[in-house]
Amino acid sequence: MPEQRLAVRKTYKLYIGGKFPRSESGRTYLVDGSNVALASRKDARDAVLAARKAQPGWAGATAYNRGQVLYRAAEMLEGRRAEFAALGVPEADVDAATDRWVWYAGWADKLAQVHGGANPVAGPYFNLSAPEPTGVVGVVAPASFLGLVSVVAPAIVTGNAVVVVAGDPLPAVTLAEVLATSDLPGGVVNILTGSPAEIAPWLASHDDVNALDLTGVADGELAVALEQAAAGTLKRVLRPGPGADWAADPGLGRMTAFLETKTVWHPKGF
Amino acid sequence: MLHGLPGVDRVGAEQRAAMLGTRSIKTTAKAEAIDLAIRMVDLTTLEGADTPGKVRALCAKARRPEADCPPVAAVCVYPAMVPAAAEALRGSGVHLASVATAFPSGQAPLEVKLADTRAAVAAGADEIDMVISRGAFLAGRYDLVHDEIVAVKEACGDAHLKVILETGELGDYDNVRRASWLAMDAGADFIKTSTGKVPSAATPPVTLIMLEAVRDWFAQTGRRIGVKPAGGIRTSKDAIKYLVMVNETAGPEWLTPDLFRFGASTLLNDLLMQRAKLRTGHYSGPDYVTLD
Repeated sequence: MPEQRLAVRKTYKLYIGGKFPRSESGRTYLVDGSNVALASRKDARDAVLAARKAQPGWAGATAYNRGQVLYRAAEMLEGRRAEFAALGVPEADVDAATDRWVWYAGWADKLAQVHGGANPVAGPYFNLSAPEPTGVVGVVAPASFLGLVSVVAPAIVTGNAVVVVAGDPLPAVTLAEVLATSDLPGGVVNILTGSPAEIAPWLASHDDVNALDLTGVADGELAVALEQAAAGTLKRVLRPGPGADWAADPGLGRMTAFLETKTVWHPKGF
Repeated sequence: MLHGLPGVDRVGAEQRAAMLGTRSIKTTAKAEAIDLAIRMVDLTTLEGADTPGKVRALCAKARRPEADCPPVAAVCVYPAMVPAAAEALRGSGVHLASVATAFPSGQAPLEVKLADTRAAVAAGADEIDMVISRGAFLAGRYDLVHDEIVAVKEACGDAHLKVILETGELGDYDNVRRASWLAMDAGADFIKTSTGKVPSAATPPVTLIMLEAVRDWFAQTGRRIGVKPAGGIRTSKDAIKYLVMVNETAGPEWLTPDLFRFGASTLLNDLLMQRAKLRTGHYSGPDYVTLD
């Protein structure tokens, strides 16, 4: 008699500080027949704490090391193509996302040469500018998987830590599993699933979040409210226009959006 | 007498402490609790690297943690830092506590401990945090520990005496109960859990046992002794759990800075951040409080 095997079904949980906790609130919601944790504002707060804790270590790692870690994440992504395909992500999207990830990984130890450098000044000084990460970035991600990768990878490659509000929960949590099995330190990427309208305002007004990426906010009124809340703590805000073409050449804009420039005047000629 | 004390039900104490930690304290009650916790903080710096400048900065924070905020209960420093702290706290109503008696180990001759205590009091400390000789206590020399506390109490003069049991080194809960009774019998004004210098510091079950001890002591003698958990209490959430435990174990009479204190350094910043959250409606961050 052929035995009917009981399938082991996955509970899609949050990704905070390198762990996969349920929502603090205990809430879940259904996405395509799967139970997904519905994050609360306290989960957002915990995620910001985890990101803040992880950020200095990640920014302090050598650029080369960050590139290697991100490349490792791309390897893991490649290995899970079938899983993403099963979630309905077009195969071309997964391939493009993997390539995008590798492309950003390569920038880790090159961006400082392009975006920083020595400045000619009138005086006996050697003057140089170096890019530094902004810190903790709150990201409202778009629903497209390629879009998700295209907003997360450029933010972290420069040494930021991110708290992501997922646009499409199932691929986002699967991406979290990719990151958890690469060498990315826990807390550098935190992924929350739930309602952006519920969580994003807490990230926008949070004193300990340094920048906000509103790419995935479709509702114009919400975007304005988030921008206003972010102004209270002088956050950097990235709010691109609607209808992004994720397949197009991304350019450097997303990497340089979350950078601060440190300029040093070094006396010379004594 | 000490071995006549009933043993502590370890599982019961731990479960009761855990159960009391599940109470939900929100909105106005939370705001009250946070302000009360701030008034109960013994703002502490006990580092080899302490300087008079750092102590002065800490004292300024103790007097006025932020705008419209009550001052903390006391500042707690090493004896060498007492003159600087006394100068900075003059006229503020904030108490000045000094650790003494060869803190943190307590492994010194009695004369040295008494001289340490007298020097701290003479320099302006009005509270003394002494450590008991855990070595003698664990060897069963209760009389010696008792006599030491009595002698230090006498050396304190008018200063309040807090007796640090260092529960992390006492081994088990029965010893915590015995040491509590021993200290109270010897004349302690406060019993304090830990120095903060050993890995296992204040825990809810240990504090629960000490609160039960002061409650029972009050029932027998009519004298109220204070309790001070110290070390490892870093979040407002933890502090509020302790307040619930005080209320439920010793009683609401103990919910005052005269009878309950938190020995802490980083706790105050978290209390201030939570206070800001309640006031502004959004989360605060470490960039908005002092680095200490």
